[in-house]
Amino acid sequence: MCLAIPAMVVELCGKDEALVDLDGVRKRISLAMVDDVAVGDYVIVHVGFALQKLDVGEAEATLALLREIARAQQAAGEAGPAELP
Amino acid sequence: MKYVDDFRDGTVARALGAAIRAGARPDREYRLMEFCGGHTHAISRYGIADLLPPQVRLVHGPGCPVCVLPVGRIDQAIRLALEHGVILCTYGDTLRVPASGRLSLLRAKGRGADVRMVYSPLDALQVARANPAREVVFLAIGFETTTPPTAVAVKQARAEGLGNFSLLCNHVLTPAAMHAILAAPGGVRLDGFVGPAHVSTVIGSAPYEPFARDHGKPVVIAGFEPLDVMRAIQMLIRQIDDGRAEVENEFTRAVTAEGNRKAQALVAEVFELRDAFEWRGLGTVPASALRLRPAFAGFDAEARFAVPAVPVPDHRACECAAILRGEKRPQECRIFGTACTPDNPVGSCMVSSEGACAAHYTYGRFRVEAAPTETTRT
Repeated sequence: MCLAIPAMVVELCGKDEALVDLDGVRKRISLAMVDDVAVGDYVIVHVGFALQKLDVGEAEATLALLREIARAQQAAGEAGPAELP
Repeated sequence: MKYVDDFRDGTVARALGAAIRAGARPDREYRLMEFCGGHTHAISRYGIADLLPPQVRLVHGPGCPVCVLPVGRIDQAIRLALEHGVILCTYGDTLRVPASGRLSLLRAKGRGADVRMVYSPLDALQVARANPAREVVFLAIGFETTTPPTAVAVKQARAEGLGNFSLLCNHVLTPAAMHAILAAPGGVRLDGFVGPAHVSTVIGSAPYEPFARDHGKPVVIAGFEPLDVMRAIQMLIRQIDDGRAEVENEFTRAVTAEGNRKAQALVAEVFELRDAFEWRGLGTVPASALRLRPAFAGFDAEARFAVPAVPVPDHRACECAAILRGEKRPQECRIFGTACTPDNPVGSCMVSSEGACAAHYTYGRFRVEAAPTETTRT
């Protein structure tokens, strides 16, 4: 029900609508709940609506942090608590 | 898939698991409730529990909208379709939920009811446009994620003058259910919450402040991917060990403090708070659900067709209610995996892929058989 996935906007069509692409699957969705969406943006899609724009900078920062934690832990080995961010 | 696959990296997950195992204190237990069905599903599907130390115990919560819908509300939808001859549009998740008289919406369809699965409330509007001589009712269910799209559909129906469209409204509120879990007498002991992902994109992180401030329970909002869940667990453990109770946000790529104001405004325009609402597992919870505002009352199927909700007790053998409160685990239900399976569900938690029982049946039960000591911890 609440499972939603980030999809890329490939076309803005008409009033409050967009065409999104998810691994080659394309679907027309409503933009009634979000503002200022542009082609190339990622939006979280749920029941045919964009719930929210995905902040790409935040996504990259979170991934970088997760990888940093993993690297620190691998360096510390299984037993040692690494100095984590 | 960009921004999906990266958050499912097994190597990073194993290292995060090692970091959690190294960081968690061996002399205490951490009981963390994942409120959302989406998290329940991810935890089972990706084997997250296998990466955690034994003192970290994940407790499933009531955040699966299909699971918390009581039998009486499904009965209403079935009556509308069978007795009133409406076209009943529903999300696919609700089709197989067992109702009274050995019926479900799917079985009602087998008896000739016009029940149609839709992906979006806008699809239900399209059905109403295409069938002007028929009454079309949308079975609106779900938490704050699913409510704004329903609001858009109602506004659209009014703008177009679609007089044959109405709603059976069952939209419910996450914070109210979290309060009910904490307030349950003799309820489950919890040390913190993994906060909802997509609900929080709409409502923001601010509504969870009372759980931290008044109940002393840390909340970490997490995305639905496995690395998100593991990072949130690590953040919760750190808060608990530090003696802090704060609302933290792991899902910063989609959740802000204020949430989606536009979606909130749509909901506030179309819906108002109900005094009380019956939940499966939680009973009647005050101020926990929404109904249409008087200005939109013409779209209320309950008023239009006079189909009152009649409370119906759950199946005697079914433990869904205790499972939804986090008091029991699926494998502690005596009909789990025998009389009750995803192919033949007796209780709602076995229906949706987000239900605790369905998730455990699909992904977790083999783990139990392989490591019984791991799941009999209390």
